[in-house]
Amino acid sequence: MMKRLLGAAAALLLAGSIAGVAHAADKLKVGFIYLGPIGDLGWTYQHELARQALVKEFGDKIETTYLENVPEGPDSERAIEQLVRAGNKLIFTTSFGYMDPTLKVAKKYPNVHFEHATGYKRDKNMSTYSARWYQGRYIQGQIAAKMSKAGVLGYIGSFPIPEVVSGINATMLGAQSINPNIKVKIIWVNTWFDPGKEADAAKALLDQGADIIMQHTDSPAPMQVAAERGKLAFGQDSEMIKFGPKAQLTSILDTWAPYYISRVKAELDGTWKSEDTWGGLDSKMFEMAPYTNMPDDVKKMAEETQAAITAGKLHPFKCPVVGQDGKEVECKGGDHLADGQILGMNFYVKGVDDKLPGK
Amino acid sequence: MQLVLEKRAERSRTIALVSPLIAIGLTLVTMSVLFALLGKNPITALGVYFIAPLTDGYSLQEIAVKATPLVMIAIGLSLCYLANAWNIGAEGQFLIGAVAGSWIAVKTQGTEAGHWVLPAMLLAGAAAGALYALIPALCRVKFGASEILTSLMLVYVADLLLDYLVRGPWRDPAGFNFPTTAEFDPVATVPLLIEGGRLHLGSIIALIVVICAFVLLDRTIKGFEIRVVGVAPRAARFGGFNANQLVLVTFAISGALAGLAGIIEVAGPIGHLQPGISPGYGFTAIIVAFLGRLNPVGILIAGLFLALTFIGGEQAQITMKIPLDVTKVFQGILLFYVLACDSLILYRFKLVFAARQVQSGAG
Repeated sequence: MMKRLLGAAAALLLAGSIAGVAHAADKLKVGFIYLGPIGDLGWTYQHELARQALVKEFGDKIETTYLENVPEGPDSERAIEQLVRAGNKLIFTTSFGYMDPTLKVAKKYPNVHFEHATGYKRDKNMSTYSARWYQGRYIQGQIAAKMSKAGVLGYIGSFPIPEVVSGINATMLGAQSINPNIKVKIIWVNTWFDPGKEADAAKALLDQGADIIMQHTDSPAPMQVAAERGKLAFGQDSEMIKFGPKAQLTSILDTWAPYYISRVKAELDGTWKSEDTWGGLDSKMFEMAPYTNMPDDVKKMAEETQAAITAGKLHPFKCPVVGQDGKEVECKGGDHLADGQILGMNFYVKGVDDKLPGK
Repeated sequence: MQLVLEKRAERSRTIALVSPLIAIGLTLVTMSVLFALLGKNPITALGVYFIAPLTDGYSLQEIAVKATPLVMIAIGLSLCYLANAWNIGAEGQFLIGAVAGSWIAVKTQGTEAGHWVLPAMLLAGAAAGALYALIPALCRVKFGASEILTSLMLVYVADLLLDYLVRGPWRDPAGFNFPTTAEFDPVATVPLLIEGGRLHLGSIIALIVVICAFVLLDRTIKGFEIRVVGVAPRAARFGGFNANQLVLVTFAISGALAGLAGIIEVAGPIGHLQPGISPGYGFTAIIVAFLGRLNPVGILIAGLFLALTFIGGEQAQITMKIPLDVTKVFQGILLFYVLACDSLILYRFKLVFAARQVQSGAG
C-alpha cells in the first residue's frame, strides 16, 4: 500500500514537472545565485532589484528564479547545477567565490550561458562582468578630504582582495589631491556582511579619531553608527540615506539592471556572446547617490570630478602612482595604470598607514 | 486537572525506537500547516522536499556528496560524546586536515609526482586533524581545562591559519591576488565514481568509516570501554578503565575523521584550497551526531536525511519559490521535535486530577 502511494506520488510529481517544462518551453528561464539574503539591503539586494527590473522589462517572455544565501564553497556548484537542471538557460552567479564552480558547470553544459560577477575566468559560454567602482571611490576620497575636520578617514575593509585594495588606493589618491596630509585608518572585518562586526569596526574607528566612515562591506550598520555619533559616512552598494539622513554624503550604487537587461535581450535575440565587461560611470555600470549633507562648493567639486571621469578626462590612477615604499609604480597603461594592474592590485599607495595582510 | 511530566522507572525501549518517527511525523504536520499558511499546497511542497530528490540519480548523488563530510565528522564526534568528551571543535580539525593535505598538493604542483600524492594527502589530513584535536584533549587531561572551550577556540585559529596561507605563501600566482591556491593536479584530486557526476571516492570512505565505527562499538572491548566510561564513569573506574586515556583516544579518532573529511572535501568537490571551504560542516555534524542518537547507523541515516533537506530546500526554492528561510525553519522544527520526543524516553505524561495545595502567603 505504502509503496503504491509513494509510486503514485512520484508519478504525480513527475507529471507535474513535465507539464512545468512544457509550459515554460516558450519562455526564457533566467536564474540567479545570490550570496546573501535578498533583504541584506546591500550587495544581494541590488542584484535582486535588477532581477525585478528584468521581470518588469520582459514580462511574460522570461521566467526568473533565484537561490539566495548560497555559500561560496562546494554547495554553490550544486546550486548552479540545480538551476541548469530546472531549465534555466542564462544564469547569473553574483559573487566572486562562484568563479570556479560556475566554470565547472559551464564546461558541463555548453548550451547554457553563464554570467559571473567580478571574476576573471571566462569560457565560450561564460561571461564576466564587473564595475569600475574605484572611480566612485576617488570622488568619495575628494569629498572626504574636504569634509573631514580631523583629517583622518575611517575605512572598513572586507577582504584584502584587489578590488578592495584598489578602492582604498583610489580613495587616498582622491583625498590627497585635496589634502596631501590626509590619514586613513583601516579595519579589516573579514566578512562582506556582518552588521555586528561592521558596527564595532565603525565605533572603533570613530574612537580612534576618524570623523568620516567609509565602508567596503555591505550592511548599513556603519552608516547607522556614524549617524548616531553625529559623524559623516559613505554608503555602499545601495542607497543608505534612510539609515543616516544627516550622515550620508553619497553612496556607490550598484546598478546592474541595464547590464542584465542587455544580456537577457541578447539571449532572446540569439546574439549572446561570451564577453568581459568592466564598465564604469560612462556605461552606468554603477551610479553615485545624490551628494547630500555637504556645502555647495564641495558638491560642485564632486559633480565636476564625476563629469571628468565619465568623459574619460580624469583617471583615478593617472601616472605617476607612488607606492607605499616611495617608489614609482611602473606605468603600463600609457598615462594611467593598466586595467590588469588595477584588477590585480596588491600594493598600497604612499600615505596609507597600514600593512597589506599577507604581504 | 494538570498535565505533568513524570520520570519513568527505566528507559522506555519502545519510545526510544519510535521517538524519531513521532518527531518526523509531528514535523510533517507542522510544516504542512506552515506551507498552507504560505499559500502552497502542502502535499506538493512535501513532495518536492522529500520525494522529488529521491527520484533521480543526480539528486541522489548530490545527497551523498553533501552527507559525506557530515557523516564522517559525526561518527568521530559520537565516539567522543559517548565517552563524555566534548569535542566542539570539529570544524577546526576539518580545516587543519584540509590545510595539511593541501600542503602536499601545493608542493607537488606541476611536478612529476605520481599516484602517491592523493594517499599521502589523505594521510596528512587525518594525522593533522588528530594532532590538532589532541591539543584540547591534552589540556583537559593534564590541566583540567574545559575541552568544550579550548576545542571551540581552536576553530578560529585554524580558520585564520588557512586564511593566511591562501592569501600569502600558497596563493595562486596566476590568480590576480585572489585568496585561493591554484587548482590541484589530477593526481592530487579525489577520483569521481561516475563520469560527469560529482559522487566521489569520499562517499565510499565514509561508508567504510560507518562500518568500522559499528564494529568498534558493538564488537570490541574498546567500544565497550567507551560506552561504560560515558554512562557510568564510577563503574568504569572500578573496572580499571582509564577515562583520561579514553579522552585522548576518542579526540584523536574524531580529529582524524574530521581532518580526513576536510582534505577529501578540498581535493574532491572543491578542487583547491580557499577560505570558506566549509559551510559549518563541523557544527552541523554535532546535530547529525545527536539526531543519529550517537549510533553509527543512525548517524548515516541522519546525515543523509539532513542532506536531503538541503537539496529539497533548493528544489523548493526553484520550483515552488519557497524562501530559503522556510528550509531553515524546517530543520529547526525537526531538531526541536526530536529533542522533545526524546524526553519521552525518560519521562511520561501524566494527568493529575487533584490540584496540589498551594501554600498561601508564598507571594
